[in-house]
Amino acid sequence: MTTNTDLERFKQSYINESLELLAEMEERLLDLDPETADNEQLNAIFRCAHSIKGGSGAFGLTYITNFTHVLEALLDAMREGKVLPTRDAVDILLKATDIVHQMVRAAQEGTTPATNLGKDILEKLQQYASHTPTTETAAYGLFDDTPVTGNADHTTYSIVFAPHLNLFATGNEPLLLLQELAKLGDATIVADTTKVPNLDALDPEQCYLSWNITLVTDKSVAAIKEVFEFVEDACDLSVTAQEKEIRVARAPTVDTQSTTETVVKKDAQNEAKTPASGTIRVDLEKVDKLVNMVGELVITEAMVRMQTRTLPQEQFSDLLRGVDALAHHMRELQEVVMSVRMQPVKSIFSRLPRIVRDISTQLGKDIRLVVSGESTEVDKTVIEQLGDPLTHMIRNSADHGIETPEKRLAAGKPAQGTIHLSAEHRGGRIVIEISDDGAGINREKVLKKALEKGLVAGDGSSLSPQEIDNLIFHAGFSTADVVSNISGRGVGMDVVRRNIEGMGGLVQVVNRPSQGSTFTVSLPLTLAILDGMIVRVGNENYIIPITSIIETLRPKQGEVRHVEGHKDVLNVRGEFIPVIYLYQLFGIQNAEAEPSRALIVLVESRKGKMGIVVDELVGQQQVVIKSLSANADPVEGISGATILGDGKVSLILEVNDLQGLVGREQKAA
Amino acid sequence: MTDTYDKNRADGTQTIENAGIPQEFLSFTVGDAEYGVDIMIVREIKGWTEVTRLPNSVEYMRGVMNLRGLIIPIFDLRARFNQGMTEAHAKNVVIIMAVGERNIGLLVDTVSDILTVNNDDIKPAPETETANDADYINGLISLENRMVVLLNIENLFETKIIERSIAEAA
Repeated sequence: MTTNTDLERFKQSYINESLELLAEMEERLLDLDPETADNEQLNAIFRCAHSIKGGSGAFGLTYITNFTHVLEALLDAMREGKVLPTRDAVDILLKATDIVHQMVRAAQEGTTPATNLGKDILEKLQQYASHTPTTETAAYGLFDDTPVTGNADHTTYSIVFAPHLNLFATGNEPLLLLQELAKLGDATIVADTTKVPNLDALDPEQCYLSWNITLVTDKSVAAIKEVFEFVEDACDLSVTAQEKEIRVARAPTVDTQSTTETVVKKDAQNEAKTPASGTIRVDLEKVDKLVNMVGELVITEAMVRMQTRTLPQEQFSDLLRGVDALAHHMRELQEVVMSVRMQPVKSIFSRLPRIVRDISTQLGKDIRLVVSGESTEVDKTVIEQLGDPLTHMIRNSADHGIETPEKRLAAGKPAQGTIHLSAEHRGGRIVIEISDDGAGINREKVLKKALEKGLVAGDGSSLSPQEIDNLIFHAGFSTADVVSNISGRGVGMDVVRRNIEGMGGLVQVVNRPSQGSTFTVSLPLTLAILDGMIVRVGNENYIIPITSIIETLRPKQGEVRHVEGHKDVLNVRGEFIPVIYLYQLFGIQNAEAEPSRALIVLVESRKGKMGIVVDELVGQQQVVIKSLSANADPVEGISGATILGDGKVSLILEVNDLQGLVGREQKAA
Repeated sequence: MTDTYDKNRADGTQTIENAGIPQEFLSFTVGDAEYGVDIMIVREIKGWTEVTRLPNSVEYMRGVMNLRGLIIPIFDLRARFNQGMTEAHAKNVVIIMAVGERNIGLLVDTVSDILTVNNDDIKPAPETETANDADYINGLISLENRMVVLLNIENLFETKIIERSIAEAA
């Protein structure tokens, strides 16, 4: 018997699969072109809906079963060419997937959705589908489309269904399958009990029975196999037509001596499943543990290597060779493990076409989204945090960037606007570009708004065009004339920039007035690793993220000036930059207090440039970021920690917080 | 936090309900005093190694240490009791324990014993003038000529206390 927890686990995996299937459905629906739609595409969509329906019954989610059944009916009518996949029809289907999505979410949370959820959509689906009578035939129309015999004449099949012993463990019930099979035609079912052991040896949780079925039906082999779809891996199944034998590819016990002609038919169903067989689902926590362990191994390996370095070569040549090999394998292992967490950006990109489609419908615009490089891989940690900013930027382009068709035509552009979305690897980072051929940023309007809001000093005439463009990243800035519910709630591009910079990324804009604008986002491939500069202050080492460092310099004596009541400042090529002393902020002993004998690391923080006084640069290194707050209390000015080659913990500076710390220090003093 | 907190109070406060059931404690010393914690929260015992100081932390927070990839804060029990910082060397012992959802290390002088004690042999903490002190004592065990103070580690290094100290320092 399956226990409750087992059932819960299966349900979870059903839910996860359903969510993926829904995403796939949506993607395929968006791809559907009424002109060129073929059965292949519709079949794929149908299969998604069918799989969701199939699983929902097993977990008693009847509301999903009922809804998807109607959804299936419409898809089926489309496949048969009775209903055309027009834009309107696809819209309804998309809305229907939303409803199913809500239902699955509800199931995930263990709640029941409102009974009238999706009622209107359901009616519309029925309306569309009712261009053809919704009889049993329509519902099971799937089974009609590929008759092997080429005509609808009744064929006699002999079917051997021999479940594996552990069939029950996967929650399957042979009786239901046989009942389903009997619906297909006239079935004679004979149970084979020869394998049932004596009572003392009988395990009630195992399936000892197998069945021989003679089925007279006008349905295809595919239709028969469809019945067994969910137990494919848990049984030996052979379906033999009068003249032909069709085997399911995974049935090892089929008699190969058979004199009848053997046809292994690869139907679309099996093809669609093949790629999945090469992957497994793994709990992310396990992967994280693996990454941690490998991180530890790398450190241990570095320690071993350091210890063996002084050993005489001739005496310990084998050991030293071993240590070298170890180092080599460690590097490879680390690469592989990091790549396990890499995911294609497709998982975020795929939800954007829907957003663009919705916006264009809502605003009466005609927008095409062209996506490229969606297979570019990036670490899971980045994927998780990239979704929101990217969605916002796409919305921004569709809402503010692309003009209405009338305006576009008046400007001599094609009525349809295009947004290009691309991703690629460039120099160890991922670069995502969102480019539109819309109106571009209206600098006059931006400047006017900025002046109104007091974001710019004076009349703004000193600003370069690029500086004006960058005002859109300013906090609390929004240029939409009317605050729409699409974008422009005042939490606009500044949030995007903050999110992206929070990940160690950069966002830039290139504005081509009246021709469009291009936003470029550059991000590290992983948030788990950081390029750091190790600096020494007194006897302590700290790490400054390389991405925030502009340059390092040693000032001459007297170049750092003390301004009464303010921070010390340094004149760097005419620019006055505040200088902070790490030893003061962190109370570090034995540190160099005189800047001319120390070094100043110039960094770019959210509040502008600043100079950090340190004793010495120790070196540059890739470090694995560890959470400090998991066990210890957070420390202001420190974003995390890492473990260096000697096994010691080193702290990573959060340059954006340092200035706040200075302010407090001065007030206290 | 409160859930795990209750679970961790298995070291002493449950004495009344579980009278007569033997419990095991790890005892250790700081100077002349002997302390104990429920052995179930102890994860590991290791020698002192140099830690990385966390800037602007309270005095008894010695810094953080790498324990197989985890960053563990190390607290100095002597300093916590206002007896000055432990002059730590390799002979000093760090006891790693799971407290609530966090793993922390406790710097002590030596680990002395594993005590198996019936719950009714644990005496309640004496009434003290300051309420705070009683919060981190779960009880007392008297053995022949010594006395072991059972500590409630969570209350002893409660985050809020640390935050308050930082606020006071600033």
